[in-house]
Amino acid sequence: MSEHKVAISAAVDDAIRRHGEETYPHECCGALVGREGQVTATVPLSNTTEEGPRRRFLVRPSDYRLAESRASELGADLLGFYHSHPDHPARPSQYDLDHAWPTFAYVIVAVAAGKAGDMTVWWLKDDRSTFEEGELHHGD
Amino acid sequence: MAIKILIPTPLRPYTDKKDAVETSGATVGDVLADLTTKHAGLKPHLYNEQGKLRSFVNIYVNDEDIRYMQKEQTPVSDGDTVSIIPSVAGGVDVVVAHRTPAEAGRE
Repeated sequence: MSEHKVAISAAVDDAIRRHGEETYPHECCGALVGREGQVTATVPLSNTTEEGPRRRFLVRPSDYRLAESRASELGADLLGFYHSHPDHPARPSQYDLDHAWPTFAYVIVAVAAGKAGDMTVWWLKDDRSTFEEGELHHGD
Repeated sequence: MAIKILIPTPLRPYTDKKDAVETSGATVGDVLADLTTKHAGLKPHLYNEQGKLRSFVNIYVNDEDIRYMQKEQTPVSDGDTVSIIPSVAGGVDVVVAHRTPAEAGRE
Protein backbone atom coordinates (compact mmCIF):
# COMPACT_ATOMS: atom_id res chain seq x y z
CA MET A 1 0.00 0.00 0.00
CA SER A 2 1.39 3.34 -1.00
CA GLU A 3 2.17 5.88 1.70
CA HIS A 4 1.32 8.63 -0.77
CA LYS A 5 -2.18 9.87 -1.38
CA VAL A 6 -3.91 12.97 -2.60
CA ALA A 7 -7.56 13.95 -2.71
CA ILE A 8 -9.11 15.93 -5.53
CA SER A 9 -12.52 17.53 -5.67
CA ALA A 10 -14.92 16.85 -8.53
CA ALA A 11 -14.21 20.35 -9.84
CA VAL A 12 -10.44 19.72 -9.91
CA ASP A 13 -10.93 16.32 -11.55
CA ASP A 14 -13.13 17.93 -14.20
CA ALA A 15 -10.68 20.82 -14.77
CA ILE A 16 -7.76 18.45 -15.39
CA ARG A 17 -9.77 16.24 -17.77
CA ARG A 18 -11.18 19.22 -19.63
CA HIS A 19 -7.72 20.78 -20.02
CA GLY A 20 -6.36 17.52 -21.43
CA GLU A 21 -9.21 17.28 -23.92
CA GLU A 22 -8.89 20.93 -24.96
CA THR A 23 -5.20 20.66 -25.79
CA TYR A 24 -5.44 17.19 -27.42
CA PRO A 25 -3.49 15.97 -29.37
CA HIS A 26 -0.97 18.09 -27.47
CA GLU A 27 -0.02 17.60 -23.83
CA CYS A 28 -1.54 19.93 -21.26
CA CYS A 29 0.10 20.89 -17.99
CA GLY A 30 -0.77 22.77 -14.85
CA ALA A 31 -0.15 23.13 -11.15
CA LEU A 32 -1.98 21.49 -8.24
CA VAL A 33 -2.66 23.78 -5.30
CA GLY A 34 -4.04 22.86 -1.91
CA ARG A 35 -3.20 21.88 1.62
CA GLU A 36 -2.38 18.68 3.44
CA GLY A 37 -2.98 16.37 0.53
CA GLN A 38 -6.22 17.97 -0.60
CA VAL A 39 -6.00 19.62 -4.03
CA THR A 40 -8.45 22.51 -4.04
CA ALA A 41 -7.45 24.37 -7.20
CA THR A 42 -5.58 23.95 -10.44
CA VAL A 43 -3.48 26.53 -12.24
CA PRO A 44 -3.56 25.71 -15.97
CA LEU A 45 -0.23 26.63 -17.54
CA SER A 46 1.10 26.96 -21.06
CA ASN A 47 3.02 24.05 -22.51
CA THR A 48 6.17 25.86 -23.65
CA THR A 49 8.13 22.85 -24.90
CA GLU A 50 10.07 23.25 -28.12
CA GLU A 51 10.44 19.48 -28.51
CA GLY A 52 6.96 18.77 -29.85
CA PRO A 53 3.90 19.24 -27.62
CA ARG A 54 2.33 15.92 -28.65
CA ARG A 55 4.97 14.11 -26.62
CA ARG A 56 6.44 16.70 -24.24
CA PHE A 57 5.45 19.40 -21.82
CA LEU A 58 7.51 22.11 -20.21
CA VAL A 59 6.56 24.55 -17.47
CA ARG A 60 9.04 27.40 -17.77
CA PRO A 61 10.53 29.02 -14.67
CA SER A 62 8.33 32.13 -14.90
CA ASP A 63 5.21 29.95 -14.91
CA TYR A 64 6.58 27.93 -12.00
CA ARG A 65 6.91 31.17 -10.07
CA LEU A 66 3.35 32.08 -11.07
CA ALA A 67 2.13 28.76 -9.64
CA GLU A 68 3.94 29.31 -6.34
CA SER A 69 2.54 32.86 -6.15
CA ARG A 70 -0.99 31.63 -6.87
CA ALA A 71 -0.69 29.02 -4.13
CA SER A 72 0.55 31.65 -1.72
CA GLU A 73 -2.33 34.01 -2.61
CA LEU A 74 -4.77 31.23 -1.80
CA GLY A 75 -3.07 30.55 1.53
CA ALA A 76 -2.18 27.11 0.20
CA ASP A 77 0.80 25.10 -0.95
CA LEU A 78 2.02 23.99 -4.34
CA LEU A 79 1.39 20.25 -4.10
CA GLY A 80 2.50 19.19 -7.57
CA PHE A 81 1.70 19.26 -11.25
CA TYR A 82 -0.58 17.50 -13.70
CA HIS A 83 -0.10 16.72 -17.36
CA SER A 84 -1.77 14.64 -20.05
CA HIS A 85 -0.51 11.72 -22.08
CA PRO A 86 -2.29 11.94 -25.45
CA ASP A 87 -2.95 8.43 -26.81
CA HIS A 88 -0.63 6.92 -24.20
CA PRO A 89 -1.37 5.30 -20.85
CA ALA A 90 -1.42 7.31 -17.61
CA ARG A 91 1.95 5.93 -16.56
CA PRO A 92 5.15 7.94 -16.07
CA SER A 93 7.78 7.74 -18.77
CA GLN A 94 11.56 7.68 -18.56
CA TYR A 95 11.44 11.33 -19.61
CA ASP A 96 9.05 12.10 -16.74
CA LEU A 97 11.43 10.31 -14.37
CA ASP A 98 14.52 12.13 -15.62
CA HIS A 99 12.85 15.49 -15.05
CA ALA A 100 10.92 14.87 -11.84
CA TRP A 101 11.11 16.84 -8.62
CA PRO A 102 10.89 15.09 -5.26
CA THR A 103 7.88 15.44 -2.97
CA PHE A 104 5.59 16.77 -5.73
CA ALA A 105 2.47 14.85 -6.72
CA TYR A 106 2.46 14.15 -10.46
CA VAL A 107 -1.04 13.57 -11.77
CA ILE A 108 -1.22 12.06 -15.26
CA VAL A 109 -4.41 11.84 -17.27
CA ALA A 110 -4.57 9.63 -20.34
CA VAL A 111 -6.42 11.23 -23.24
CA ALA A 112 -7.31 8.69 -25.93
CA ALA A 113 -8.70 9.97 -29.23
CA GLY A 114 -9.58 13.26 -27.55
CA LYS A 115 -11.41 11.74 -24.58
CA ALA A 116 -9.92 11.86 -21.06
CA GLY A 117 -9.83 8.48 -19.34
CA ASP A 118 -7.57 6.93 -16.71
CA MET A 119 -6.08 9.34 -14.16
CA THR A 120 -3.23 8.36 -11.85
CA VAL A 121 -0.88 10.03 -9.36
CA TRP A 122 2.83 9.38 -8.82
CA TRP A 123 5.69 10.45 -6.58
CA LEU A 124 9.39 10.33 -7.34
CA LYS A 125 11.29 7.96 -5.06
CA ASP A 126 13.86 9.78 -2.97
CA ASP A 127 16.73 7.95 -4.72
CA ARG A 128 15.31 9.03 -8.11
CA SER A 129 15.23 5.40 -9.27
CA THR A 130 11.54 5.32 -10.20
CA PHE A 131 8.08 6.63 -9.44
CA GLU A 132 5.73 5.14 -6.89
CA GLU A 133 2.04 5.20 -7.61
CA GLY A 134 -0.08 6.87 -4.96
CA GLU A 135 -3.75 6.82 -4.20
CA LEU A 136 -6.02 9.32 -5.89
CA HIS A 137 -9.13 9.98 -3.85
CA HIS A 138 -12.14 11.80 -5.14
CA GLY A 139 -14.23 13.97 -2.90
CA ASP A 140 -14.45 17.47 -1.46
CA MET B 1 29.68 36.81 3.12
CA ALA B 2 26.03 35.95 3.58
CA ILE B 3 24.23 34.91 0.43
CA LYS B 4 20.60 33.89 0.79
CA ILE B 5 19.43 30.97 -1.35
CA LEU B 6 15.67 30.70 -1.89
CA ILE B 7 14.48 27.09 -1.82
CA PRO B 8 11.50 26.00 -3.97
CA THR B 9 8.63 24.01 -2.44
CA PRO B 10 9.72 20.48 -3.53
CA LEU B 11 13.17 20.87 -1.97
CA ARG B 12 12.11 22.26 1.42
CA PRO B 13 11.81 18.82 3.03
CA TYR B 14 15.60 18.64 2.56
CA THR B 15 16.22 22.01 4.28
CA ASP B 16 14.26 21.36 7.46
CA LYS B 17 11.26 23.03 5.74
CA LYS B 18 13.12 26.33 5.42
CA ASP B 19 12.32 28.41 2.35
CA ALA B 20 15.67 30.22 2.50
CA VAL B 21 19.15 29.19 3.59
CA GLU B 22 22.06 31.51 4.39
CA THR B 23 25.25 30.42 2.67
CA SER B 24 28.71 31.78 2.01
CA GLY B 25 31.00 31.82 -1.00
CA ALA B 26 32.31 33.99 -3.82
CA THR B 27 30.55 32.33 -6.75
CA VAL B 28 27.28 30.58 -7.46
CA GLY B 29 29.18 27.29 -7.49
CA ASP B 30 30.60 28.06 -4.03
CA VAL B 31 27.27 28.89 -2.44
CA LEU B 32 25.55 25.86 -3.97
CA ALA B 33 28.38 23.68 -2.65
CA ASP B 34 27.91 25.24 0.78
CA LEU B 35 24.16 24.60 0.54
CA THR B 36 24.57 20.94 -0.38
CA THR B 37 27.15 20.48 2.37
CA LYS B 38 24.68 21.82 4.92
CA HIS B 39 21.77 19.88 3.40
CA ALA B 40 23.22 16.81 1.67
CA GLY B 41 19.83 15.42 0.65
CA LEU B 42 19.52 18.19 -1.93
CA LYS B 43 22.51 17.08 -3.96
CA PRO B 44 21.00 14.31 -6.13
CA HIS B 45 18.08 16.54 -7.03
CA LEU B 46 20.27 19.47 -8.10
CA TYR B 47 23.19 17.64 -9.73
CA ASN B 48 23.33 14.68 -12.11
CA GLU B 49 25.65 11.68 -11.79
CA GLN B 50 28.39 13.63 -13.58
CA GLY B 51 28.22 16.42 -11.02
CA LYS B 52 26.60 18.89 -13.43
CA LEU B 53 23.55 20.94 -12.55
CA ARG B 54 20.47 19.17 -13.91
CA SER B 55 19.00 20.82 -17.00
CA PHE B 56 15.65 21.53 -15.32
CA VAL B 57 17.31 23.27 -12.36
CA ASN B 58 17.41 27.00 -13.02
CA ILE B 59 19.62 29.22 -10.89
CA TYR B 60 19.01 32.95 -10.74
CA VAL B 61 21.10 35.64 -9.06
CA ASN B 62 18.83 38.57 -8.26
CA ASP B 63 16.44 37.53 -11.06
CA GLU B 64 19.16 36.98 -13.67
CA ASP B 65 19.54 33.45 -15.07
CA ILE B 66 23.15 32.33 -14.57
CA ARG B 67 23.06 30.65 -18.02
CA TYR B 68 23.27 34.18 -19.44
CA MET B 69 25.97 35.23 -16.98
CA GLN B 70 29.02 33.16 -16.07
CA LYS B 71 27.08 30.04 -15.13
CA GLU B 72 28.40 28.55 -11.88
CA GLN B 73 31.37 30.92 -12.01
CA THR B 74 29.00 33.89 -11.68
CA PRO B 75 30.29 35.98 -8.78
CA VAL B 76 28.03 36.71 -5.83
CA SER B 77 28.44 39.27 -3.09
CA ASP B 78 27.03 40.03 0.32
CA GLY B 79 23.29 40.69 0.12
CA ASP B 80 22.73 38.91 -3.20
CA THR B 81 19.82 36.50 -3.41
CA VAL B 82 20.22 33.24 -5.30
CA SER B 83 16.99 31.49 -6.35
CA ILE B 84 16.54 27.87 -7.36
CA ILE B 85 13.61 27.84 -9.79
CA PRO B 86 12.34 24.54 -11.18
CA SER B 87 11.40 23.88 -14.75
CA VAL B 88 8.80 21.14 -14.69
CA ALA B 89 8.92 18.83 -17.69
CA GLY B 90 7.70 15.46 -18.83
CA GLY B 91 6.12 13.59 -21.65
CA VAL B 92 5.57 10.21 -23.19
CA ASP B 93 8.12 7.70 -24.37
CA VAL B 94 8.92 4.54 -22.44
CA VAL B 95 6.74 3.67 -19.47
CA VAL B 96 8.97 3.06 -16.44
CA ALA B 97 6.55 2.33 -13.60
CA HIS B 98 3.84 -0.23 -13.77
CA ARG B 99 1.05 -1.15 -11.47
CA THR B 100 1.41 -4.18 -9.33
CA PRO B 101 -0.34 -7.34 -10.59
CA ALA B 102 -2.98 -6.97 -7.87
CA GLU B 103 -3.74 -3.41 -8.95
CA ALA B 104 -3.74 -4.34 -12.61
CA GLY B 105 -6.21 -7.13 -11.86
CA ARG B 106 -8.73 -4.62 -10.56
CA GLU B 107 -8.73 -2.70 -13.82
